[in-house]
Amino acid sequence: MSALSIRTLNLHHGLLHAVRDLSLDLASGEVVALVGANGAGKTTLLRAIAGTHRPTSGSISFDGADITAVPVHRRVSLGIALVPEGRRLFAQMTVEENLKLGTMSGRPGQWTVDKVIETFPNLAARRTARAGTLSGGEQQATAIGRALMSNPSLLLLDEVSLGLSPIAVDSVYESLSELMRSGTTILLVEQDLARAMRVASRVVCLLEGRVALEGDTASLPRERVTEAYFGLNHQRVVA
Amino acid sequence: MMNSLIQGILLGGYYALIASGLTFMFSVMRIINLAHGSLAVVAAYALFALAKNLGVSPFTGLLIVLPLMAIAGFLLQRFVLDRSLRAGALVPILATFGLAIVLDNTLFEIFGANTTSLAPFVGSLSYDSIELPGGIYVGVLAVYIFATAVVVLVGLQLLLSFTPIGRAIRATSEDPDTAGLVGINARLMTATAAAIALVTVGIAGAALGMRGTFDAYSGGAQLLFAFEAAVIGGAGSVWGTLLGGIVLALAQSFGAQISPLGFLIAGHAVFFLVLFVRLLLPRLAERMRRQA
Amino acid sequence: MNAGLDFRVERWTIASRAAIAAAAVIVLGLVVAPFVLGPGAMDRLTILFVYVILAAMWNALAGYAGLVSVGQQVFFGLGAYFTIRLADAGLNPFVSMVAAGLIVGLIALPLSFPMLRLRNGEFAIGMWVLAELTHLLVNLDTLVKGETGTSLISLNAFHAPLRRATIYWLALAAMVALLGGLFVLLRSRVGASIQAIRDNEEAAASVGVRVLSTKRLIFIFAAFGAAMAGALWLATALTFQPKAYFSVNWTAYMIFMVLVGGIGTFEGAILGAILFFLIETWFGSSGVWYLIGLGATALLFALLLPKGIWGEIERRWGLRLLPVGYRLNIRSLLGKDGAA
Repeated sequence: MSALSIRTLNLHHGLLHAVRDLSLDLASGEVVALVGANGAGKTTLLRAIAGTHRPTSGSISFDGADITAVPVHRRVSLGIALVPEGRRLFAQMTVEENLKLGTMSGRPGQWTVDKVIETFPNLAARRTARAGTLSGGEQQATAIGRALMSNPSLLLLDEVSLGLSPIAVDSVYESLSELMRSGTTILLVEQDLARAMRVASRVVCLLEGRVALEGDTASLPRERVTEAYFGLNHQRVVA
Repeated sequence: MMNSLIQGILLGGYYALIASGLTFMFSVMRIINLAHGSLAVVAAYALFALAKNLGVSPFTGLLIVLPLMAIAGFLLQRFVLDRSLRAGALVPILATFGLAIVLDNTLFEIFGANTTSLAPFVGSLSYDSIELPGGIYVGVLAVYIFATAVVVLVGLQLLLSFTPIGRAIRATSEDPDTAGLVGINARLMTATAAAIALVTVGIAGAALGMRGTFDAYSGGAQLLFAFEAAVIGGAGSVWGTLLGGIVLALAQSFGAQISPLGFLIAGHAVFFLVLFVRLLLPRLAERMRRQA
Repeated sequence: MNAGLDFRVERWTIASRAAIAAAAVIVLGLVVAPFVLGPGAMDRLTILFVYVILAAMWNALAGYAGLVSVGQQVFFGLGAYFTIRLADAGLNPFVSMVAAGLIVGLIALPLSFPMLRLRNGEFAIGMWVLAELTHLLVNLDTLVKGETGTSLISLNAFHAPLRRATIYWLALAAMVALLGGLFVLLRSRVGASIQAIRDNEEAAASVGVRVLSTKRLIFIFAAFGAAMAGALWLATALTFQPKAYFSVNWTAYMIFMVLVGGIGTFEGAILGAILFFLIETWFGSSGVWYLIGLGATALLFALLLPKGIWGEIERRWGLRLLPVGYRLNIRSLLGKDGAA
């Protein structure tokens, strides 16, 4: 049984059809990279899985249960956590308070404030600092930590490298490396194709709301992914 | 002189008490509830009805009325504030104003035009006084109300700063979308905040009734006092609310010494004065605006 | 590229031409009405005109400038107060009324500076505080004799039917002028600014709309209109008791009219005023139940039908009688994509 199962999902932004008839499966413990150009529908898809974007049609199942109609805050208690694009920290609250908020769902597990700080050592000195005063890398670490505090079984990472210096990105991914081996199912959106293919076991490429290509990163040549990413050799369907 | 000063400070405690719910609701939901004063009067009348018809002391009556106020807050948020906020930022003002009109006039319909008070039901509390050094007498009730205001304000601050629910409420007020993403039920949090706010309104209603008289249409005046105290103190700050209440009360006491109408005039005037001063000090104004 | 996109930007539609024509006919009819109507009907119509003015002014402030005021009664009361004062000083009462309106408009200018700094709820209650303060200050005037009030005595010097007719025509003229002025304003460049602010203040500012000065203009206009309404009310009622003029119930009436009629729409304010007039005629003497009904209706509309009756009509059928906006009339659809 797959951890996450999406069937013919359609998502709209007003009149814009962002995700079209998308079907996708994630096996438990997999690390899957979701790639694609801006506007391909990646963030919208993650938000729909997390529950903040209502699908026009289609279904999402998690651990065998249909969660399409489940409200966002309940999905966290089911084990889905999203690290949103742009971090979206509570800027007026401290790092520690942001992290503690992650426990609202009450899911049991190994993650505590101390463990998060251990995983992201750059936060140790900033524990009581207001989140609005952090650097990009520190904010990203806090945002990921906040999601981890709910002890998710499915972690959704939306563009964690956005706006970060290369060193900061390296640092974030290094901290994540153990997590990625730990058995948590991870679906990550990443602009940096090389990095995405390095950390993930499978890659799914979206183009204009549809799956253009998917396959194991081990066996998939980089060029094919690049082609799918940019829509080369892709027949445009005229409405 | 000293006497007026102390009376003023104690009255300020009452204003801070009734302002606390207004500022709490505003800091959490960015809504000013125009039915605020009327709800306090409803609580006062409820206590009055319990005392007159069932012989229940207002203090005991609070045990019944406060939970009812909490439920009312819940319902208010779910059915009035939530809905109207979705229609636009200005609609809650209209909705709560309509509610205030309904409450005021319904109270008039039920209880008539007479002014009422809870004072007869609290024994000697309404006129007992204690002597302070220097030969100054202060009303026991006024001191109790001041103390209650401090307890409520401190309690609200502690709730927000140190409890999980307080954190959740703060997160919801800052970013309800992301609050959902971390597992917070945003609607439940705002409804809880409204319930808490209305409990403080209920306490304020009790204070209003015990310290003086009220009638069906007192709600408007109480709303204005609460609002003025909140704005003078700097909407959003708990200690500011206490200070605001005291400044308002002192201005009123000072005005009363000049003329009988001076009581209210001075209060309104100092409100505008503070507003005006704040506009002339842009740095302060920016900070106020960011807090609110 | 785009082939054959044929469109016209129009201001007038058939419906709107018909509506303006009908309005002109109605106004003409109203002008000659005093020659056929009895005194009671004339008084009632005068009151209807006052309601229309109040609704249109409150709508301009809230629906167009986005400023919900729970204190417009301050201008209503001041309009009446200054009329009393000027008439007492010897000025012809009818001239006093107009002059009072102008004075209030002038006062509104400096007032707008602090008041417009307030946002949303703060502005709403701030205006209410202003109304209360003004009420108290007016009470201090010995001419007014506190809450006992006084009367526009000098009006009594006029022969009753002539007085009644003159007040009626003055009210009609004020209503037509204010509505007309608002209409012209909305059709002008300022009007585009106003409607932009109504729809999205930030977006309007970002395209260069001078939001603050536009709001100030509407604030002053609305103050002047409310003051005229107050002066006219005084003329029909003759007595001035501060409590009656500065009562927050006036705001309740204005909110009811605009919410029920349709906030932010020109036609809605007029519709709301007519509805309120009818309801007041039938139920006004029911005491508190009348007020409870008004408040409950306003509350229900705010919750369930916030766009008001006319707003719903506009939304469903795109019917717009008064051409204050633009219509994009697209004659043909986009041609086929000509690229290879």
